[in-house]
Amino acid sequence: MKLMWFHLMPYTELPEDFRERHPSVWVDIHSSLFDPKRAHRMYNDFMDELEYAADCGYDAICVNEHHSNGYGLMPSPNLIASALARRTSQVPICVMGNSLALYNPPPRVAEEFAMLDVISGGRLIAGFPVGTPMDTCFAYGQNPSMLRERYLEAHDLVIKAWTEQDTFAFNGRFNQQRYVNIWPRPVQQPHPPIWIPGGGSVETWQWCAEMDYVYCYLSYYGYKAGKATMDGFWAEMDRLGKDRNPYRAGFAQVVAVAESRQQAIDLYTEPAEYFFNRCLHVDPRFASPAGYSTEATQRAGLESMVKKAANAQSLIMGDKTNRGMTMADFVDRGYVVIGSPDEVVEQLNALADDLNVGHLMLLMQFGSMGKELTQYNTRLFAEKVMPRMRTRFAEWEDRWWPKPMAEAERATIPAFRQAAE
Amino acid sequence: MSGPEVSTVDINGFPTRIWRKGSGAPLGFLAGFGGLPRWVPFLDRLAEHRTVIVPSLPGFPGGDRGHSVLDSHLDWVLAVRQTLLAAGLDGADLAGSSVGASFAAEMAAIWPTSVRRLVLSAPFGLFDEGDPPTDPWAQRADRVGGLMCADPERWAALKAMPEGAHSVEWPIEQTRATEAAARIFWPLGNMRLERRLPLVTAPTLILWGEQDRIMPPSYAGRIAARLAGPHEIRMIPGAGHLAELDRPDEVASAILSWTG
Repeated sequence: MKLMWFHLMPYTELPEDFRERHPSVWVDIHSSLFDPKRAHRMYNDFMDELEYAADCGYDAICVNEHHSNGYGLMPSPNLIASALARRTSQVPICVMGNSLALYNPPPRVAEEFAMLDVISGGRLIAGFPVGTPMDTCFAYGQNPSMLRERYLEAHDLVIKAWTEQDTFAFNGRFNQQRYVNIWPRPVQQPHPPIWIPGGGSVETWQWCAEMDYVYCYLSYYGYKAGKATMDGFWAEMDRLGKDRNPYRAGFAQVVAVAESRQQAIDLYTEPAEYFFNRCLHVDPRFASPAGYSTEATQRAGLESMVKKAANAQSLIMGDKTNRGMTMADFVDRGYVVIGSPDEVVEQLNALADDLNVGHLMLLMQFGSMGKELTQYNTRLFAEKVMPRMRTRFAEWEDRWWPKPMAEAERATIPAFRQAAE
Repeated sequence: MSGPEVSTVDINGFPTRIWRKGSGAPLGFLAGFGGLPRWVPFLDRLAEHRTVIVPSLPGFPGGDRGHSVLDSHLDWVLAVRQTLLAAGLDGADLAGSSVGASFAAEMAAIWPTSVRRLVLSAPFGLFDEGDPPTDPWAQRADRVGGLMCADPERWAALKAMPEGAHSVEWPIEQTRATEAAARIFWPLGNMRLERRLPLVTAPTLILWGEQDRIMPPSYAGRIAARLAGPHEIRMIPGAGHLAELDRPDEVASAILSWTG
């Protein structure tokens, strides 16, 4: 099992009464809540934490893209990833990812990801989310009725830009470019591994299977709630004749470890309640613009009445169900995997058994958690939990992992030195 | 109340519903946001005096998934033009509401001889930063009725699933109508219609619900100021954005007297 350290970069100082006084953490969150000088500290702490996770031996460090979002301060994850590429040397960097339909022209993504892959010596995992409605349709004004078609076309263009040897013209429905010819070209050939964060739509599962991409379910609501979606994914893989290689899948999980369960509850209650009650306070009016979900997905939801799995749907459900919820609820429902190292191992084994996911993306800084506690959580997990989880799924090959340049070919990065005062 | 005669025409490969009822000179009606999933009393008022012809717009109820192949404003206006031709409305009087009024205005601007007399009820297509329309897509489902109509029950009655309707396909059709409007008007609804209004020479009646909570009533004056032909503004008391649902008799009689 791969244990990957994922940062959302939440603004950590939303006010106590945020939920009561502000309609949404996303799209129209008020600028007066943002203090750039405090955010200077936050960004630098967050990057320290990512680098710390790399030093602790996590399999990868992960960043993602959000817009106008109080719990996700990375409109451009590529900026963070490029800094990480210089401050780390071995760890794969997972950009989870770039919302393809938001880039004009889409070869911008092919270029920036190629830059990251070249600078890092082939350590990039390239994530291509469609993006949430809040990010894409509202914050970035994309048309929900065309978003998926644009996304798929942009994907085709990016892949062609990475793989075509000669300058070519792209005559798409939404994108037309006379000269496509990206410089630089990616180190990993034909291109970096591609992972697709998505909701629970059967079309996404089928597409990942067809393209041989990793499907990632990035819910914030933990492995118990995620089981229905992952069961659906694996049932679809079976139907399509694909093997049950757990590395076909990724899953995000909030994890909090301490010496004992009680100590963990004491340490992590405040940041967890901040995360679920403030960070995930999204105005439902932004969650499902008509056209964002395909009619096939709507039909499946209306017909089955089983769990609606799209990210946005989870957010609305979360918004409804977590109102006034407390740490005890998060723990009961599996939103948070928590406890002593033994207890966390037990829960993660249950997660691995239930979901069959090989790529576990750990949310170990969440909500208002400061650097010291984040590093404690990160260190303890690396020392006491990681060695016992690593061996899971050892019988399977991870065909979707970066293939970096050989050590001898790589540049030597000088150690960072503070300028003399 | 008997229903209309229903026929189907092919627009870009999609079966498109045409309703027809009454007798006398033809009068076209293009429906507003949400479309017409069912026949409404307002259309009966028109059919008492005229042959009322109601073609569906692409993606709106009766318009199948016709919106899905329309990527640009030109695609849309050509599809609506083809629909009106297929419905036998070329050269006829034309009324539109909301989204439909925007297309009615486009028809009269781009093909001036295609419209005899024109009625625009609270058209989409304009955007004034100082007085912006309400975003109809960023809304909770339970708020939409109160934005579309002065009396939200009118909207609820339009959208309520009829006995015997398909319990899965009916709600999908209603979502599709909202998507179709988004496909052309997202995100602001600004199609720069203002620039084409001076091409409209047909005599034009501008109607507006006094309680329109989607399109600001101040737009009536902006539109009137740009029209090349004779025109008149009439506000409808007690009506919201879809005035024909709130006040079917008043809106129908205004249309009938203007086009009579």
